[in-house]
Amino acid sequence: MAIWPPEQIESVLDRILLKVQKPGRYTGGELNQIVKPWDSVQTHVALIFPDIYDLGLPNLGLTILYDEINRRADALAERAYAPWTDMESQMRSLGMPLYSLESKHPLQQFDILAFTLPYESLYTNVLNILDLAGLPVLAEERNERHPLVIAGGHAAFNPEPMSPFIDAFAIGEGEEIIHEIVDVYQEWKQSSETRETLWVKLAKIPGMYVPRLYEVEYHPNGTVRRIAPRVEEAPLPVVKRIVAQLPPPVTRFIVPSIDIVHNRIPIEIMRGCTRGCRFCHAGMVTRPVRERPVEEILQAIEAALEATGYEEVGLLSLASSDYTHIRELVEAVASRFGDQKITVSLPSLRIESFSVELMKELKSLKPSGGFTLAPEAASERMRRVINKYIPHEQILETARAIFSQGWTTIKLYFMIGHPEETLDDVQAIMDLCHAVLREGRRICGGRAKVHAGVSTFIPKPHTPFQWVSVDTMEQIQAKQTLLRQGLRGQGFKLNWVDPKVTLHEAWLSRGDRRIGQVILRAWQLGAKFDAWQEHFLFERWIQAFEECQLDPAFYSYRKRDLDEVLPWSHISIAVRPSYLKKEYQNSLSGTLRDDCRGQCYACGILPTFNDIRAKTPAEAWKCPPVRRKTPIKEKVTV
Amino acid sequence: MPTGAQEDPHQREGNSMSELTRYRLWYARGAELRYVSHLDMMLVWERTFRRARLPLAFSQGFNPRPRFHLASALPLGFTSLCEVADVWLIETLPPDEVQERLQRAAPPGLTLQQVEIVPLHLPALQTMVLAAEYHIEFREDAPSDVADRIAGLLEQREIIRVRREKTYDLRPLIETLTLTTSSEGDKPILLMRLSAKESATARPEEVLLALGIDPTTTRMERTRLIFQEPIPAP
Repeated sequence: MAIWPPEQIESVLDRILLKVQKPGRYTGGELNQIVKPWDSVQTHVALIFPDIYDLGLPNLGLTILYDEINRRADALAERAYAPWTDMESQMRSLGMPLYSLESKHPLQQFDILAFTLPYESLYTNVLNILDLAGLPVLAEERNERHPLVIAGGHAAFNPEPMSPFIDAFAIGEGEEIIHEIVDVYQEWKQSSETRETLWVKLAKIPGMYVPRLYEVEYHPNGTVRRIAPRVEEAPLPVVKRIVAQLPPPVTRFIVPSIDIVHNRIPIEIMRGCTRGCRFCHAGMVTRPVRERPVEEILQAIEAALEATGYEEVGLLSLASSDYTHIRELVEAVASRFGDQKITVSLPSLRIESFSVELMKELKSLKPSGGFTLAPEAASERMRRVINKYIPHEQILETARAIFSQGWTTIKLYFMIGHPEETLDDVQAIMDLCHAVLREGRRICGGRAKVHAGVSTFIPKPHTPFQWVSVDTMEQIQAKQTLLRQGLRGQGFKLNWVDPKVTLHEAWLSRGDRRIGQVILRAWQLGAKFDAWQEHFLFERWIQAFEECQLDPAFYSYRKRDLDEVLPWSHISIAVRPSYLKKEYQNSLSGTLRDDCRGQCYACGILPTFNDIRAKTPAEAWKCPPVRRKTPIKEKVTV
Repeated sequence: MPTGAQEDPHQREGNSMSELTRYRLWYARGAELRYVSHLDMMLVWERTFRRARLPLAFSQGFNPRPRFHLASALPLGFTSLCEVADVWLIETLPPDEVQERLQRAAPPGLTLQQVEIVPLHLPALQTMVLAAEYHIEFREDAPSDVADRIAGLLEQREIIRVRREKTYDLRPLIETLTLTTSSEGDKPILLMRLSAKESATARPEEVLLALGIDPTTTRMERTRLIFQEPIPAP
């Protein structure tokens, strides 16, 4: 394929953009984008979100990397997204390659293509983007004329399914490792050595996983026998990267000139979570907890409002209520920005009346509709299994406080399909929804509404539930039928997830390296935009599994033996496998594990990152001081 | 996502007109904003005012919108040298300062040409527009017989076209249609002046289609808006 110069791409865009929906997705040129002269830097990185612009632009991970890379004098970062199907047809019919929004250079001309993989349903889009860029989708078919293709993000904690397509994965947090990748790349490029040298150099960066340097052997029954490095430089395990302290947040967000889904300033107030909910992938992989100082957050909001003109600020974390200075932060936000008519959202609040006070404070800035609570389970037994224990009465008390403060809608998030769940536990979800609605009716009459969002649990890698199976299609359907029957009528709204979508996510998130063949085959059969209901075709994936002679049930429905070599066992999130195992056993006995802010349960984070911890101010991490040789207490305070 | 189920009383009341100051803005929209729709452009403006810390007045009613009224919506794909809009602010500031602050906060492609304070009682801008002029360049070679096609079109007594399932006569909406050449060379350029009254607005793409020219092969720019009574030109 001939290389298209940017002028040719611009000229063709002029001709085709009026033929596609929302052409503003494809033009770049937004406020706060950074355009450096192409020849002024050594290294060109394309940051790619593998779905459309509308969804990709707000991605905070890529926003951080864009800022980090563009701060360097010797490198630039530009953006690319998946074109929607109408634009893709235009591009394919003209043979036009996918390009970056800033300078309109074809992706093929970049040194590094960096994908974020926040969730598994984007995988086929990665292949499609590589193909639209004019690159072979398989890593082994690319050569020194092609860019280095790397990936990171939460789904990359199990890199195996995407390993045939990606040259190297960055496991964990990206703020520091991205610079090391660029450095190593520059060094390699100047040395004019082979690509094999690059793989080894990359593998030496802590947190980098270069799949081709590892060999996977299987047992006759299809389970993994061994994952072994092929060269001595390749570490085993590959331990995730973390930053010791969160750097000040990005504030110069790119402001789209077209309307997209999320128009808000995202400010991460805290990373990590100490709650230890056993189903929660994010809660396990983002440990330890690090908080940003209140003043730094306030200054960032101020700067970001000025730089963007946005009307909404999202204070992001996995558990807002756990942020040490949450009351102080909320009061300061309300007093400092009270005159600016902005909306401030505070997701993931604990179910307690204090949360209502916090939201009330923020509500005075500008009102918002519903109040969201996530009990995740409704029966006493299930709450013990998942280690998210909230007494029934506390939920009702919180609901009463919410309705009394003027909210008329409560959104309740649950999951079905937790390990050991029966139909009685599903019945408890409905009973709880009814109880909450009764409280609402008593307080605000017929206006009270309960919206139940019930998703289906998928046991994720690196969690205490990584060994358990996904509910079968029939089990999920039976539970959903029960919910639909029980939650109809005035005041209720119920959302659930198509079981086919759940199974698809389960295969891809729990898969081994061989799932890569299935992804490739599914893409060849036309799979892309699997996260979009109108594009996702379950039968196509079943066909791909059949053609690759793999059994989908092996990945979704099979309960793993506790001693099995899991396909992601060579990747370490710094939480010990023995800790996860213990937590799994605790779930079976219904034993609760308290929030670890108060006491360390030795998950493994501290010994792994001992060096970094020692160099970090004590208050930056929320791991308590370790008292050695004290027995682990299974005490619970709620 | 939170939605406005309960409105802020301050906003619902809107702002009483007599306390407001009405500004008229003249501005250009460059290539960076060509593919921004009319509705999205409202959002771009709203954010520009917020960044500039200029307090926009809001309309009354259940879903308050900023008081920002355009003379005439610019179709998708066009650049413009001559946009005019009226905006109401709840603060009175010197027009120069408003212009300077807006320009500093403006996204790439938005150029403020002039800002004036105008009396509150003036009629709505969109009722004042009579016509608009457009400058159409050919990105590649123009059809060789374009002059003949123009002559042929102008000779017709009526040009019946269908747009959004409605039949209408385009001919009376074409005030002028001429062919010229670019200043740099001999590239043909179409100039048209089309009716832009509230009830009778012609779109330049319709004229191109009537000429048998694919609008996507051209580059279209609005160069002038003509009003019922002269408004100060930038």
